[in-house]
Amino acid sequence: MTAMLELSDVSRQFVKKLDSIEKLAKKLGASVSESCVNAVDSASFHIARGEVVGLVGESGCGKSTLGRMVAGLLPVSGGTIRFEGVDVTDAASADAKTARLRIQMIFQDPMSSLNPRMKVEEIVGEAAVYHGLTTRREMSAYVAGILRQVGLDPAYAQRFPHQFSGGQRQRIGIARALAVRPEFLICDESIAALDVSIQAQVINLFQDLRRELDLTYLFISHDLSVVEHIADRVVVMYLGRIVEIASTEALFDDPQHPYTQALIDQVPRLGAGRQTYRTIKGEIPSPLAPPPGCHFHPRCPMAGPRCTRDTPVLRNDAGRSVACHLHDGGTE
Amino acid sequence: MSVLEVRNLQTHFFTDAGVVKAVDGVDFALNEGEVLGLVGESGSGKSVTGFSILRLVDPPGRVVGGQILFRGQDLAQLPASEMRRLRGNKIAMIFQDPMMTLNPVLRIDTQMIEAVRAHDKVSAKAARDRAISALSKVGIPSPAERLDAYPHQFSGGMRQRVAIAIALLNGPDLIVADEPTTALDVTIQSQILAEVQDLARDTGTALIWITHDLAVVAGLADRVAVMYAGRIVETGQTDDVLTTPGHPYSVGLLGSIPGHGQRGERLTQIPGMAPNMAHLPPGCAFAPRCFNADERCRTDAPGIEDMERVRQLRCHHPLTKAGGTP
Ligand SMILES: Nc1ncnc2c1ncn2[C@@H]1O[C@H](COP(=O)(O)OP(=O)(O)OP(=O)(O)O)[C@@H](O)[C@H]1O
Ligand SMILES: Nc1ncnc2c1ncn2[C@@H]1O[C@H](COP(=O)(O)OP(=O)(O)OP(=O)(O)O)[C@@H](O)[C@H]1O
Ligand code: SF4
Ligand SMILES: [Mg+2]
Ligand SMILES: [Mg+2]
Repeated sequence: MTAMLELSDVSRQFVKKLDSIEKLAKKLGASVSESCVNAVDSASFHIARGEVVGLVGESGCGKSTLGRMVAGLLPVSGGTIRFEGVDVTDAASADAKTARLRIQMIFQDPMSSLNPRMKVEEIVGEAAVYHGLTTRREMSAYVAGILRQVGLDPAYAQRFPHQFSGGQRQRIGIARALAVRPEFLICDESIAALDVSIQAQVINLFQDLRRELDLTYLFISHDLSVVEHIADRVVVMYLGRIVEIASTEALFDDPQHPYTQALIDQVPRLGAGRQTYRTIKGEIPSPLAPPPGCHFHPRCPMAGPRCTRDTPVLRNDAGRSVACHLHDGGTE
Repeated sequence: MSVLEVRNLQTHFFTDAGVVKAVDGVDFALNEGEVLGLVGESGSGKSVTGFSILRLVDPPGRVVGGQILFRGQDLAQLPASEMRRLRGNKIAMIFQDPMMTLNPVLRIDTQMIEAVRAHDKVSAKAARDRAISALSKVGIPSPAERLDAYPHQFSGGMRQRVAIAIALLNGPDLIVADEPTTALDVTIQSQILAEVQDLARDTGTALIWITHDLAVVAGLADRVAVMYAGRIVETGQTDDVLTTPGHPYSVGLLGSIPGHGQRGERLTQIPGMAPNMAHLPPGCAFAPRCFNADERCRTDAPGIEDMERVRQLRCHHPLTKAGGTP
């Protein structure tokens, strides 16, 4: 299998600005200052055509940042992203621009990502006209076809976003992404804001579109049961770094990295009956001052002296990739 | 013994678009140490039920009927001053956003000591000790040192734990928790669930846990109540309801969650969308979306089965008989 998308050592740093609470605190004399975050730290992985890859990890571990870099919405600080062999991180190249059109992103909050003053027809058709996929005269028919594809009545084309339910709005966002005929979709928490019963509609839609349009997905979510349902392979991140990559089955049946093990252990399960929740020790460390060595070591039950010293590398062994000293010469 | 007994609670919002019957005849009872999971569609009235119990409903909303018996005393009739004395003392609420509880410009110790001394005339030292013990209960490392921090110096998960610690401060008999872990990661969520479980078991605090996440309910709650359009449509022992749901809405809700069938299999969808609460249909509010609905469902609103039974259902054509295991 050749890779459709290939990331090599992709990194992104941010200077962390103060949030409103911190600004307030600073005014009141607390010592808070700006600092630098390694939101994504040397991420390398690939996605094959037709595959669905899940990206999971705790809030703030860099999932959206990674997704936005792949979508070309955020420049990388280092490394390269290739789509069908074309380096899409090179903003000036014309090849990169065409390649990037084939990658589309669907956002978490359907309401804030849709322009409230535009009718559905314009929201969905605008970019397609701009990129010459249809003409202004034929736009109505073009949009109607796409709305049908996502299960919306084409008669809705003349309505505004606020006239729809959450699930319908999310479909409009999906229709907008599909309108430019992408081959690769990045779904960033695209169902998190929806009601459980509506989530099922959208998950089913993603599955149908995958079959009908031969789409490839990067599916970002912190809901592990959804990822387990939809993904073929899963990439696990912790504080900006990839700690494990495995097929969905292997990851859920036999997680290798201690963080993945903890994560999968904590997923509440319907069929499990009454559970005794266990407390895992330790606080999620601040991304501003990540622990040295393995970022996970303060919370890791298996950590040894080497874990506080050396950064583990992501090693591939028999189709499984794990970044942990336990799987690479021991923790002593 | 019942800590809380809610009878025919009705909370309505008087809006320009009409009267929104956000809570329209809710009944349930809660014993000491019991955890009730309150689930249901977005907009079905879960939060308003919680706010009503604490008398935190703001205009244009108002509790227009029913009783809220807390240890036999009707909170709906209590003067505001007495209600204030109960709130944060015998009855506490945890919100989805911890900043609803925390004051950003005050140090944690100031906030916690004030919360203790508002209800209990103890020395500052004793109040401080109680704050430290509450913080360590919710798993905050070196609580004594963290006391002089401001809320912004904590991560989101830590802030929520501080808010929970404040709810625990005065050893309440009842806690209403409104989606307190929805914004948190699974690892932090399970830590909080562990603490809450211990609390109910060790101190007999009764809990109402409002959530979207049926899997959390499965692991935490003794009983579950499913809400739809302002009413409880099914309640029973958690295991019973989750394994043999009787109301078509509960069936749909359970079917729509990934994780029981084959990986990649289509999920069951509930057709249609949540009803407009200002214009509910005349019969069963779920009828327009229900696979089992007939003429009777569209005209007569179903009543709830016998209050004394463990399993209660509000449906003309339930899939399981009410009654359940006694
Ligand atoms: N524009 C930005 N400026 C400064 N810091 C940022 C910016 N965007 C992200 N970050 C920081 O980068 C880190 C990764 O953020 P990111 O949004 O990628 O996380 P995430 O995994 O998507 O989290 P969530 O699950 O909460 O969406 C965080 O520490 C975040 O605070
Ligand atoms: N201030 C208000 N004015 C008018 N209607 C309101 C107001 N607050 C709540 N409502 C209505 O009351 C109903 C119940 O709302 P509530 O917040 O209890 O829902 P919920 O079950 O908690 O939903 P969610 O899961 O989305 O939090 C909704 O239909 C809502 O629109
Ligand atoms: S490298 Fe060490 S600390 Fe990190 S996960 Fe492996 S054993 Fe734990
Ligand atoms: Mg994100
Ligand atoms: Mg709510």
